[in-house]
Amino acid sequence: MFMSETAPEQLLTTHDGRSLKVSLARALRREKLRALFLIAPLLIFVLLTFVAPIADMLFRSVENGIVEDTLPQTVNALASWDSGSGELPGEPVYAALHSDLLVAVKEKTHTRLGSRLNYEQTGISSLFRKTGRRVKRMDDAAPFKEQFIAADDKWADLSTWQTLKQFSPRYTDGYFLAAVDAERGPDGIEMKPADEQVYIYLFGRTLLLSVAITISCLILGYPIAYLLAALPLRTSNLLMILVLLPFWTSLLVRTSAWKVLLQQQGVINDFLVWIGLISNANRLVMINNQTGTIIAMTHILLPFMILPLYSVMKTISPSYVRAAKSLGANDWTAFWRVYFPQSVPGIGAGAVLVFILAIGYYITPELVGGTSGIFISNRIAYHISSSLNWGLAAALGTMLLAAVMILFVVYDKIVGIDNVKLG
Amino acid sequence: MAGTRGASVVYDSVQKSYDGESLVVKNLNLDIPPGEFLTMLGPSGSGKTTCLMMLAGFEPATHGEIYLNDKPINNVSPHKRGIGMVFQNYALFPHMTVAENLAFPLQVRNMNKAEQQEKVQRALEMVELGQFGNRRPAQLSGGQQQRVAVARALVFDPELVLMDEPLGALDKQLREQMQYEIKHIHENLGVTVVYVTHDQTEALTMSDRVAVFNDGIIQQLSSPDVLYEDPQNSFVAQFIGENNKLNGKVIDIQGDECKVELSDGTHLKADKVNVDSIGDLTTISLRPERVEFDDAVSMDNVVSGKIEEMIYLGDHIRVRMNVAGNDEFIVKVRNRGEKRALSVGDTVKVGWARNDCKALDHVA
Amino acid sequence: MKLKSVILAGSAVALTATSALATDMTIVSWGGAYSASQNNAYHKPYMEANPDINIINDESSNEAVAKLRAMNEAGNITWDLVDVVASDAIRLCDEGLAMPIDADEVLAPAPNGTPASEDFGDLIVSECFIPQIVYSTTFGYRTDVAEWNGKTPEDICAVFDLETFPGKRALEKRPINNMEWALLCDGVAKEDVYNVLETEEGQAQAFAKLDTIKDQTIFWSAGAETPQLLADKEVVMGSTYNGRLFSLIAEEGQPVAMLWDAQVFDIDGWIVPEGLPEDRKAMVLDYLKFATDTQRLADQAKYISYGPARKSSAPLVGKHAELGIEMAPHMPTDPENAKNTFLYNYEWWADYRDDLDAKYQAWLSQ
Repeated sequence: MFMSETAPEQLLTTHDGRSLKVSLARALRREKLRALFLIAPLLIFVLLTFVAPIADMLFRSVENGIVEDTLPQTVNALASWDSGSGELPGEPVYAALHSDLLVAVKEKTHTRLGSRLNYEQTGISSLFRKTGRRVKRMDDAAPFKEQFIAADDKWADLSTWQTLKQFSPRYTDGYFLAAVDAERGPDGIEMKPADEQVYIYLFGRTLLLSVAITISCLILGYPIAYLLAALPLRTSNLLMILVLLPFWTSLLVRTSAWKVLLQQQGVINDFLVWIGLISNANRLVMINNQTGTIIAMTHILLPFMILPLYSVMKTISPSYVRAAKSLGANDWTAFWRVYFPQSVPGIGAGAVLVFILAIGYYITPELVGGTSGIFISNRIAYHISSSLNWGLAAALGTMLLAAVMILFVVYDKIVGIDNVKLG
Repeated sequence: MAGTRGASVVYDSVQKSYDGESLVVKNLNLDIPPGEFLTMLGPSGSGKTTCLMMLAGFEPATHGEIYLNDKPINNVSPHKRGIGMVFQNYALFPHMTVAENLAFPLQVRNMNKAEQQEKVQRALEMVELGQFGNRRPAQLSGGQQQRVAVARALVFDPELVLMDEPLGALDKQLREQMQYEIKHIHENLGVTVVYVTHDQTEALTMSDRVAVFNDGIIQQLSSPDVLYEDPQNSFVAQFIGENNKLNGKVIDIQGDECKVELSDGTHLKADKVNVDSIGDLTTISLRPERVEFDDAVSMDNVVSGKIEEMIYLGDHIRVRMNVAGNDEFIVKVRNRGEKRALSVGDTVKVGWARNDCKALDHVA
Repeated sequence: MKLKSVILAGSAVALTATSALATDMTIVSWGGAYSASQNNAYHKPYMEANPDINIINDESSNEAVAKLRAMNEAGNITWDLVDVVASDAIRLCDEGLAMPIDADEVLAPAPNGTPASEDFGDLIVSECFIPQIVYSTTFGYRTDVAEWNGKTPEDICAVFDLETFPGKRALEKRPINNMEWALLCDGVAKEDVYNVLETEEGQAQAFAKLDTIKDQTIFWSAGAETPQLLADKEVVMGSTYNGRLFSLIAEEGQPVAMLWDAQVFDIDGWIVPEGLPEDRKAMVLDYLKFATDTQRLADQAKYISYGPARKSSAPLVGKHAELGIEMAPHMPTDPENAKNTFLYNYEWWADYRDDLDAKYQAWLSQ
């Protein structure tokens, strides 16, 4: 700044007379390009496999073009119909529906629309399938309204048309509403009947169980990491291999092993009955419930807690604890006031890692969680692979992502994100 | 803090082995009276730090007993020994402020808040860091951290303070300054200090007595001047201060005086220190500053040698000579200001008194 | 000698080269014993007759619906033929992901000349679907439960009778079948089941019945779980596919018996993905014609206890290829087993699946 003010005109040049700034930029540009070139494979990989799918997921959770694309004239004609009027739409709407359906049946898109709208109202799937078979045989001269109602009396049902109109815009909040157990009723947004509410409950359970898993990972992992950090390198390497051993066996094998151990006729119960701690009639239920999920997931995620803890503890010099003891602190005080606070960054990193992994797990809860130990991810998986309701799956996934991010911000506020050390 | 007395420490036949095969400390007997500043000096691996750690309670003694104020402490856990300790890298708790660090030993002793604060402030002022209570250790310079570490080791009025190479991480100038400060604190408080270092200057500057360790054994235990003037063996002679070695054979012994024949036939008179009988091989130790040029002819021992190299060092001139076949023979000549007629290549006579040279055990 | 081995090696190379030139056909199925039975009954004879075609087995049927949709969106169909259950076939057809097929045009008639559509009859539940086997979801129970005092379950309502038949049950983590059984055992007549289930009250009635055994039930999501649970004595009775129970009883010799009562018939079969290029479509249709003829369907029953979908195949069912036991009595369609069966209503479930599934999951997680 000072330089440029005293000699603004006098631009510095290199030997060959070019401006120094230009030359510097040129030299740096080559460096930058080379760096960019080197990270390009990773960058492209991340963009294609990570950023793009997440963007796609966010988009799917609100996208709803299928109604307008399949029934353009009907949507247009419905615009002037008041869904609160209590009367069925007029003949022009049925006529528009007829000509839309003729095209849709030819392109076989009407059944797809049917299964989309069936998520919102039961029965529309078969309504479209059935009507699709009849629409070609309809008489162009006679009024379509009667013919449609004759084909299926659901066309005389107000709620069918209300659903159609409600979901005719290209973008919808319907999936997000469904993801929080709500729906848009005649009087605006309202909660679904109690016997259909499941997602908020599952979100809550997922968070709660993930916290429980994180805590049990911490309780089990902390002493192990401490031991690893305190032992001489040769012994700790051996122990480290044991810690990493679960990584080398298939997830399904490990989970099945837990079944053998935990089930009511399993090894642990057999042993407890044999030593007489419990009676044969009162065998413990440790699997196909939340206990099973917590135990199996803790085992699977334990290394993710131990590794960051270990790498932080490794940097804590033993002289701190010695100093504390020489200053008069007993073992517990030395640990709690001096060692533990210094290991907090490792706890932070391990807890965040385990929690985020736990919150998105679904294979293990599916296998050992029974009905009370399953997570929200299990429903996401169900909607992706079984019900094909990808919009709802995307909305649930987006909410999960948002929940994790909110927790992250809260964590940052309370503990501080700079207080996280992965190594 | 003013009323603190020092504690006495006794090592009684203490042995220490880590692997059950070799001893790192071999039969240590050491008596430290109250208020003494004792330094354990020795090269690394000599067993000095192990001795300190046994006293602090971080390493158990394999055999023998350590007494603190005449009470055996082998089975007393470290936190109950009431010993202040300054660690090599200070071990200041990084997550606490300076004041919290200092208050820590007071808190664990359940002292009330007001008294804590007062003591902490006094300790900070003692090390001239009165304004730094709210800083974190990482915000202090190395010298300041050092002082905090000393203050923390003293704040709970221990009778004994252990220091494990506390100045090792400081630069030379700061180290010298800290040496005096620690010495003054010791003098003011009267606590017993056991100090471990491998730096002989540090040991000589600060200590009442120095225990020179080598190979798990105390080679010599005496005050700094005795250590320098009357080394008991070649190891001590060489480890403390600069030293000329001349190897030879004892050819005559009379009382505490002996005659030594060097390999080139030169005969020297020396104090008999660590030789037993005629015919023994010996290494003669001689301090470089005790060798004279000018009055050489009238001294007990006179030899001639060739000047190989002269280095001007300001307060003195360091002359490297070849004497009796040893071309590492160093003479320190005080710089008196007058021109000297010495130059490289001259053959001159040098001399020294008999009791400046000691016949010690032979080293190759 | 040397020359001979060189020639031999050369011809081996040439053979490998021709097989490498052969066209690949990717067939997706369920894996395990089921894929093995298809391999023995269909793939092997077809590849023998058509050496230029190489069939690749892909075991992705349980996620076929989602994968087909993803392939369709990406515009790159890598599968040629997919084995799915009927309800998935309906869904795929609705979504436009499966190709409609005219059975009489594409498939072989029965040996006596009956057209294919008649031979399969009403098992063709979707215009995209070519039935292959009839299987059933039914119950197996342990025959060595001391607490039952020698009684054996004789009808479906034994599942809900905790007093006579104490012990844990295994039920599927889906509403399908469970809701019907619950109503059947709560006094609803067989023909009224779906009418009742259509109403809120009917659904509440079914859930209330299921509630009576809920805390004694382990819910499964994979068909292999129930046989394992039965073998481990974790449950005393459980629902699963009849073929799984057959292996448990006949092949593993476990003390387990079939209930058969109120077994729910379901159909498994083929769909051809929509959007295949003409040459691949032609190849697949040729295979389909071969693999779904009367003899081939009967052959499959030698390896697995699922009934052939063609009426004309039934008389041709023989003995198990390895165990040598007569297969007919183990078929769900055997008259002795099919005394009381329940027909699963695909159309109805296509409409109510989303709604009831949400309610069922809510019920499960309560």
